[in-house]
Amino acid sequence: MRPLVYLDHAATTAVHPKVLEVMLPYFSQKYGNPSSIYTLAQEARKAVDDSRETVADILGCRPNEIVFTSGGTEADNAAIKGAAFSTKQTGNHIITSSIEHHAVLHTCQFLERFGFEVTYLPVDEYGLVNVDDLARAITDKTILITIMLANNEVGTIEPVPEIARVAKERAKALGTNIIVHTDAVQGAGALDLNVNRLGVDMLSLSSHKFYGPKGVGILYLRRGTPFMPQQSGGAQERHRRAGTENTAGIVGTAVALKLIVEDMEHNRQHCQRLRDRFIEGITAKITRAHLNGHPTLRLPNNVNFSFDYVEGESILLNLDFAGVAASSGSACTSASLEPSHVLTAMGIDAQRAHGSLRLTVGSDNTEEEIDYVLSILPGIIDKLRAMSPLAEPNK
Amino acid sequence: MYTDLVLEHFSNPRNVGTIPDADGIGVEGNPICGDLMKIFIKVQDNRILDIKFQTFGCGAAIATSSMVTEMVKGKTVEEALAISNRAVAQALGGLPPAKMHCSNLAADALHKAIDDYKSKVAARAASG
Repeated sequence: MRPLVYLDHAATTAVHPKVLEVMLPYFSQKYGNPSSIYTLAQEARKAVDDSRETVADILGCRPNEIVFTSGGTEADNAAIKGAAFSTKQTGNHIITSSIEHHAVLHTCQFLERFGFEVTYLPVDEYGLVNVDDLARAITDKTILITIMLANNEVGTIEPVPEIARVAKERAKALGTNIIVHTDAVQGAGALDLNVNRLGVDMLSLSSHKFYGPKGVGILYLRRGTPFMPQQSGGAQERHRRAGTENTAGIVGTAVALKLIVEDMEHNRQHCQRLRDRFIEGITAKITRAHLNGHPTLRLPNNVNFSFDYVEGESILLNLDFAGVAASSGSACTSASLEPSHVLTAMGIDAQRAHGSLRLTVGSDNTEEEIDYVLSILPGIIDKLRAMSPLAEPNK
Repeated sequence: MYTDLVLEHFSNPRNVGTIPDADGIGVEGNPICGDLMKIFIKVQDNRILDIKFQTFGCGAAIATSSMVTEMVKGKTVEEALAISNRAVAQALGGLPPAKMHCSNLAADALHKAIDDYKSKVAARAASG
């Protein structure tokens, strides 16, 4: 049995050994509730506060602008619903893109049931939002713009600083206020997360995407941003997110973020070298393979190809037999019967969307692993094409 | 999520290919939905003498195509028509619930191939 070649880092990552180490004492030794008064609890309180400072330093904000959540999905929900419901008196219009993660898209669709109107901006063939489209979509009713920092499927990096600047300029001219949120879940470890350079009011992160634990997210909430908490209960997180703090998870998250940011330049170069090796290898070895996403405005770890005449799940099963873990935009790999909404929004036809393969590399991958996948993938595609009624002979 | 038998048929599909002088061809599914099956049959003395398939689709689509070809080889046309999508899934030890509707179309493709065969026979009878 070959060792696992894990190429699905955009789905989740393994917890870094150092992260696990700092988390462990908070399960059975320093288990106090941070809201309690005794020494045991105050150890936990200090750990949460220190973690908040670490995260704030990295994002370039104040510690009290950080809200810990149960994950990226909750951070997106809290940001979008929290901003929308607290500003409904001033406007009901939200702008997002058609390629957002479902945590954003489905939250916007949910808000449509409560009288909000949502503009889903189109993207170009590379998955890029057009800033002029965005500027044109803004009205005096626009209260919120939420555009992802980078796309999880195709890795396209969106012009968030420009989007934020245009939004603020238009709002100023209209005499309104527009809150700008970005789902930065895929950007950690690859892109600048400084909230002032990005120009955003709210930003979401998910710990398990950067070698932290599952079940912890970060919501940055700029001071003064209208916000209605989406969870009722205790006074935790300055009344913005009720519920006993996940001390171990928060401690692990802060350390994971620190490690990934400290190592960012090295990790970026490492991933990009592997990514480019993959892209060049696939392009050279497999005919009718189409790179999805932008050639350069692309996350350093994302490879996404469509292969004509074959279906994604069949590729994934064959890769799994060979010990390789990857992902696809095929309908078969989701709960719905529709192929990827991201690829569809990019104008990629359904058949090609079904035949997509996403390989996302991480700091733990090696060139040997990439070469191994490049040695087996052409055979897998050939085998599937040989049984496909869509394939034209000799192509 | 898949049974060992599904994965076995997916890995080593039986009867892949085409029959150039097929007596009947049936196509079911749609590449837009992610599954397309094409079944070729050769019929002699009312029996399925040979059968081949081509499939674009997921693991379930390929495994059900392979299984249906095994189930009907040598069977009479009537016996082949009695095989349902559900029976194919059962023969594979079951399919995940989500796959029962979208990818379990092999028997339908077979029935269309038989319909095609019958209409060709009827056309020959009418012209002859």
